[in-house]
Amino acid sequence: MRAKYVLSEVVLGLWRNVTMTIAMIITMAVSLSMLGASGLMYLQVNKMKEQYYGELNVAIFLDDEITEERRAALDAELRADPLVREVLFETREMAYNKFKELYRDAPELVNAVKPEQLPQSFRVKLKDPTQYNQIFEKYKDAEGIDEIIDQRRLLEKIFKILNAIQSLAAVIALVMAFAALLLVGNTIQVAAYSKRREVAVMKLVGASNWFIQAPFVLEAVVAGLIGAILGFGALALAKIFLLDGALRDLTDLLTPLLWKEVLLMFPVMAGTGALVSAITAWITLRFYLRV
Amino acid sequence: MIRLENVTKTYPKASRPALDNVSVSIDKGEFVFFIGPSGSGKSTIIKLLLHEITPTKGKVYVNNKDVTSLRSWRIPQFRRSIGCVFQDFRLLPNRTAYENVAFALEVIGKTKAVARRVVPEVLELVGLGGKEHRYPHELSGGEQQRVAIARAFVNRPLILLADEPTGNLDPDTSIEIMRLLDRINRTGTTVVMVTHDSNIVNQMRRRVIEIESGRIVRDQPRGVYG
Repeated sequence: MRAKYVLSEVVLGLWRNVTMTIAMIITMAVSLSMLGASGLMYLQVNKMKEQYYGELNVAIFLDDEITEERRAALDAELRADPLVREVLFETREMAYNKFKELYRDAPELVNAVKPEQLPQSFRVKLKDPTQYNQIFEKYKDAEGIDEIIDQRRLLEKIFKILNAIQSLAAVIALVMAFAALLLVGNTIQVAAYSKRREVAVMKLVGASNWFIQAPFVLEAVVAGLIGAILGFGALALAKIFLLDGALRDLTDLLTPLLWKEVLLMFPVMAGTGALVSAITAWITLRFYLRV
Repeated sequence: MIRLENVTKTYPKASRPALDNVSVSIDKGEFVFFIGPSGSGKSTIIKLLLHEITPTKGKVYVNNKDVTSLRSWRIPQFRRSIGCVFQDFRLLPNRTAYENVAFALEVIGKTKAVARRVVPEVLELVGLGGKEHRYPHELSGGEQQRVAIARAFVNRPLILLADEPTGNLDPDTSIEIMRLLDRINRTGTTVVMVTHDSNIVNQMRRRVIEIESGRIVRDQPRGVYG
């Protein structure tokens, strides 16, 4: 009977003040979807770092006319360098195979390129990848070297952009969370006011505090959960229509965002939504339902 | 049953205390009137006994328990041993007589089955048999107060507090309500009633405690309004 009473009170409460409820749910949904997006981007950047940093190296492209002796000398010099952990020589053939693999979807491009057109290079792994500059300074003017490229640096630009988007999403999530918080507080005040007679009688006859407060707190929690479901829906739609749809070409360059990870965001969003709503409602009631 | 020991209550921003060093003791089963002019501090006593407010100084004992040191989470349990009626009835307008009384049971965790058994009984006791399904606006003032008394009494409290229960009623209806309170008192329930209805006090001939400016000026076993 008690559970039934509390539940019917919750539904009634949400319905009584339906415009406010909708506003509360929408702000909550936006805030939580931004929280989810921010969380996903955080996971994504970490995953990419893990996946790529190990494989990344400094590519030292060689002049086309480099002599065999000069190449061997460079090889020896690099291997003796205290900053270097590992050196791999990539022949034209190896470069061509990689190229074929990379562009296997575009056979006409592969056909247009001959192995002789691709440069040979040393692929150097550093003991400490951040010491790239020292390697660059040391070898940039060395004879027989065409160009030195730090792959890590290329990726870092992408990470910077992703980090910026992530921060932006987090800021929007925070601002909207603040708005949602105020709306929850206000909704609870209105609900407490419209039920002031019942509350007065309940206090008078000795209903326990949790029994008086539970319908209000649950009202906020239900709104928070609905907000989380809608926010998660928005996130799922964004994955289907943006990442897997319109922005396909861009996302193919990065590591793919798995459904598993998107689903992982749901408990985070639902938990945050419910918890934040419950705490806000409870604190509001401390002020408006004094015992 | 009820004991006030040197109780002083000063409301914030008030120049003088509402109750000034009041000591009084009420035994189990007594029927006591608190009388006095408006603002004399009568209603403050009711609020103290309900633990709606705490005294500035002194101790309040109800059922031999020190109410002043009651932890806030114990207050609901404490209030279940006290029934209370008011001048303005405080019924829920969107519930019938039956539902108003049942509400008081349900919110303290009693089942619907218990309510079905107990509520008709208590409505019969207060003389509202047959009017269970009327809404408050379909009942007269006296009948509404009977619903309020039924609600206060349905848990069989040890103490019934009544804060000017006849204040909104005509003299004849007031007498009927007093008969009802008297009947409840005869079941062993301690009744504490705040009033300034001299007619009633004079007819009932019960213990009268008169308060003026926060002090007890008279405490008479079978008193009149004065």
